Amino acid sequence: MPGHTSVELTPLGDTAVMVQLGQTINPETHLKVKKLAIYLDQNPIPGMVEYVPAFTTIAVYYDPLKTSYKKICSILELIVSRSEDLTDPKPRTVEIPVCYAEEFGPDLEFVAKYNGLTPDQVIDIHSSNEYLMYMIGFAPGFPYLGGISKHIATPRRKFPRLSIPAGSVGIAGSQTGVYPISTPGGWQIIGRTPLDLFRPNENPPCLLQVGDLVKFRPICREEYDAWKENAQ
Amino acid sequence: MSIKVIRAGMLTSIQDLGRYGMQKHGIIVSGAMDPFALRVGNLLVGNEEREAALEITMLGPTLQFLEDSLIAICGGNLSPKIDGHKIPGWRPILVKKGSILEFGAARSGCRAYLTLAGGFDIPQVMGSRSTYLRAGLGGFQGRALKKGDILNLRAPSELANKMKDSLSKTTGVQLFSTSKWSVSNRLLSFYQKKTIIRVLPGNQFYRFTWDSRKKFFTRDFFITQQSDRMGYQLKGPQTRLSEPLELVSEAVSTGTVQIPPAGNPIILMADRQTTGGYPKIAQIINVDIPILAQIKPGEKIRFQMVTLEESQELYRTREVEIRKLKLAIASKVQR
Repeated sequence: MPGHTSVELTPLGDTAVMVQLGQTINPETHLKVKKLAIYLDQNPIPGMVEYVPAFTTIAVYYDPLKTSYKKICSILELIVSRSEDLTDPKPRTVEIPVCYAEEFGPDLEFVAKYNGLTPDQVIDIHSSNEYLMYMIGFAPGFPYLGGISKHIATPRRKFPRLSIPAGSVGIAGSQTGVYPISTPGGWQIIGRTPLDLFRPNENPPCLLQVGDLVKFRPICREEYDAWKENAQ
Repeated sequence: MSIKVIRAGMLTSIQDLGRYGMQKHGIIVSGAMDPFALRVGNLLVGNEEREAALEITMLGPTLQFLEDSLIAICGGNLSPKIDGHKIPGWRPILVKKGSILEFGAARSGCRAYLTLAGGFDIPQVMGSRSTYLRAGLGGFQGRALKKGDILNLRAPSELANKMKDSLSKTTGVQLFSTSKWSVSNRLLSFYQKKTIIRVLPGNQFYRFTWDSRKKFFTRDFFITQQSDRMGYQLKGPQTRLSEPLELVSEAVSTGTVQIPPAGNPIILMADRQTTGGYPKIAQIINVDIPILAQIKPGEKIRFQMVTLEESQELYRTREVEIRKLKLAIASKVQR
């Protein structure tokens, strides 16, 4: 059992407060973030507009007409320790099929060379680990997944691409992730999933949620096309 | 009730007060860059404050009214004209069927809000009608307006109908009539103090060099051309960290002033991402966001520090003023 931490609260402007629950990216800090998020879902603070969880923090946005910085801080101090007493949430495991074919993974070759591996070895390593989804950011449903093997960690591209297709699976440093919508981006792209990660007409609108365990399963081009056809 | 887009203008999109509660899914808030102008504009046509309006940027569109409509134009003065006649901002205007609204030079500010009685007849997506341009959702088909679009309106409120009745008595041969009253200049005077932008210290304020912090408050910063709904890129004295800092990504807010490695500040605006990893030197206070929304590229600003207590007091005062305005409008109409 981790001991109760003293919580660090700082203003994020005049309509939000930043709750710092740790300093580095690790599963223990993540668990604190996740538990506070669950607590806030079950017991919303009066005057709270919404909250945004990240690696080591949760930002709580509020309406200064309905509460004040002081008031919201005194409540947060109380509930952070209460949230730590929640039982550990059981993570969902979500499998993401990925086609690592050359046409979908333009940087697979580079990632292999950078790490002194063959492309097949990169695929093996990438699809054998289970990744913890720490946070969403950058784009709707864009998952920041931790737990990548150091053998395939690769820095971001020097020159970001202007457009990366939706579904692209990438590596950036020691993180891996999937682009839910087509955007510019600098991650090393090694494959593509036929699944839609962003589902604006569903609730929640994203396939992956913070706290999920994610596994990538390699599929061939034919299987990718079949997924796509079935989705239509 | 509907309007037709004859020319789209530079960037004309449907925005309301934003999409809240979805940031944890990475879905940005969006909404009006100048929420004050949008709220006042809605009150002037008998709408709820948060109703969606057209956000018009710099070079305005040309629009035709296919029915008699009650409208207001608030925010920046982009020289609006109806059938060639100048029309004033910040007051209700009854326009006749067939008349054409055009815009000219941006005389002051750069974003105008056209509010229409009833509001647009478009579905809410995740609780908002704001257009999320990059994800292609919300607003009118998830995009900025194009030539030929026809936008339908919902039924006006009872208050709007009363306003229409009283204004229709004064229409003569003209294709429009305006109220004799308008929002008081006193309420709008804050837009004039536009070179001073008030801030709170950001979370990493003390991680910047003494010299950078001093210059941040004593030198001018220019708004560059690399400025849009996502953020404003500034140019001024270089802002430097005392020592390298590896930050873990975390939530940001509208008005966050972040410093990328090159040392030029970026102010995050309505279409900002939900999270970021750059150090934050400052945070623009909520009541000064509308001033920034109206500042054009090339113009300069200077930052001034206030306390959190002061800024939240200013926030409450602003809300009281808007509430008073709402009551004043209702009493004008009842009379």
